[in-house]
Amino acid sequence: MDATIATFLIQDGVTNGAIYALLGLALVLVFAVTRIIFIPQGEFVTYGALSLAVLDGGRVPATTSMLVCFGIAALLFDLWGMRRSFSAPPLLRALGINILLPVAIYAVVTVLAPLQPAPILRAAMAVLIIAPMGYYIYRIAYRPLADATVLVLLIASLGVHLAMMGLGLIFFGPEGLRAEPLSSESFTLGPALVSYQSVGIYITTILIIIGLYFFFERTLIGKALRATAVNRLGARLVGVRTQLTGSTALIMAAAIGAVSGVLIAPITTIYYDTGFMIGLKGFVAAILGGLGNFPLTAVGAIAVGIVEAFASFWASDYKEIIVFSLIIPVLVWLSFSVGSHEEE
Amino acid sequence: MTKPLLEVSDIHVSYGRAEVLHGISLEMQPGSIVTVIGANGAGKSTLLNAIMGIVPSKGTILYDGAPVPRSVEERVAAGLCLVPEKRELFSTMSVEDNIELGGFLRNAADRDRTRADVYERFPRLKERRKQLAGTLSGGERQMLALARALMARPRLLLLDEPSLGLAPKIVIDILNIVSELRKTGVSILLVEQNARAALEIADHGYLVELGEVKLSGAASDLASNPALMESYLGTHA
Repeated sequence: MDATIATFLIQDGVTNGAIYALLGLALVLVFAVTRIIFIPQGEFVTYGALSLAVLDGGRVPATTSMLVCFGIAALLFDLWGMRRSFSAPPLLRALGINILLPVAIYAVVTVLAPLQPAPILRAAMAVLIIAPMGYYIYRIAYRPLADATVLVLLIASLGVHLAMMGLGLIFFGPEGLRAEPLSSESFTLGPALVSYQSVGIYITTILIIIGLYFFFERTLIGKALRATAVNRLGARLVGVRTQLTGSTALIMAAAIGAVSGVLIAPITTIYYDTGFMIGLKGFVAAILGGLGNFPLTAVGAIAVGIVEAFASFWASDYKEIIVFSLIIPVLVWLSFSVGSHEEE
Repeated sequence: MTKPLLEVSDIHVSYGRAEVLHGISLEMQPGSIVTVIGANGAGKSTLLNAIMGIVPSKGTILYDGAPVPRSVEERVAAGLCLVPEKRELFSTMSVEDNIELGGFLRNAADRDRTRADVYERFPRLKERRKQLAGTLSGGERQMLALARALMARPRLLLLDEPSLGLAPKIVIDILNIVSELRKTGVSILLVEQNARAALEIADHGYLVELGEVKLSGAASDLASNPALMESYLGTHA
């Protein structure tokens, strides 16, 4: 191996690591706030990437109809929940969120998609379609289980993952798609050839991390999410609704997933099941960070990306095994170093 | 007599198959301090948790003449607020953030106003506002728990063992604060093991034993009942 190859591998690793960092952060966020191990995180990546690829072709992605269907399903759950105490304001609210919002997004995308707007707008549309799915998934799959154990929530996650992957296969087909890059230019930096696309990935990742920091440190709802993570009972006692924090966490996770998808769609071919593997690597990063530490997760993600890049150079057959084996020493270390969890 | 603020009738609570509250009833007038005293394990905390909606219960709870809302969060919105025995603070967040979150359901202007009041009442917390809640002393934590609850501008404050684990001097401070709070129009339901101190500031008292009300009456009557003080509470009146 010479320096050029090493530079290339590191660059590749950091680029993928940036994506894993986003996914790892989303997983930590969801787990801390809701105790859900969010396996379907990867599906949002897939959906975001495939939606962008379809939008690039000037067509309306099937995810828009899916969004409307999810909304209808969520409405049915809301109606069932209201069957005993029926009143107008919650009904109107449910109609607004579950019907009006997805239909409005559907309309906007249907009108704009054939006009082939600028790449950045297409990317924004893809995220706009996917982000609200987080809310509906929470409403349909997790809210009825709000008091369930971590294991039950994990099983539900597995179900959501399989369902969403199946829907991906139905709506997008088994063929892989690749989106057009936001920019195909590149420049040389010392020995490395850097594409603007990868610079875009780094900048977006950094901006999202900074955005998350401000959200959690400065806004009341962000603090409420942290409070829920620190002490669930305490949060309820000040009037923070579990549903509010849960759905906010999942909307954020879906949006982050969609952004990750939009970012990688131009650099790898995405199939209906690609997201799962990417999500799992984000999960490895989250575990490296102890499933609760944002900065460590980001560092862990970069490490995962670099290890993956070098593993695929030296032993490409074993690259996944090598990446996933990273978890083992961390788990051993955590099991010795972390005592019992006590609140307060 | 005015309409009671809280009317609890025939409350039963079970943990699994074991019933721990066997039909407790009590009522509170607006603006009063009512104390529930009794030995460890009598079911005092369970009673508060049932009123707050943290544990499911059978029986009726009327708040301000109407059935109390279903969820904990709606009860907070309606003006009930519990300071639990374990405080349940956000230990890895700053004192300031804990206090701000106490006013989660209020609007920003209201929150700022209430925060100024709270800091005036608890100058110690203002000094420590940048500190993490988990690093406070026991007495400061109790103050923070009270401050956080006050941020919600409760009409009915449920206090679970506010003196637990605190030095006698701080217990007096805390109970003084509690009786001062009443002057601001807050009604207080106080659960205490320290019966003498509680009866001193309360208007009315209930003695709970093994999940049932054994005695109730004006706090002064209970406090001057030597048989009660000695046999149930092991203190000499």
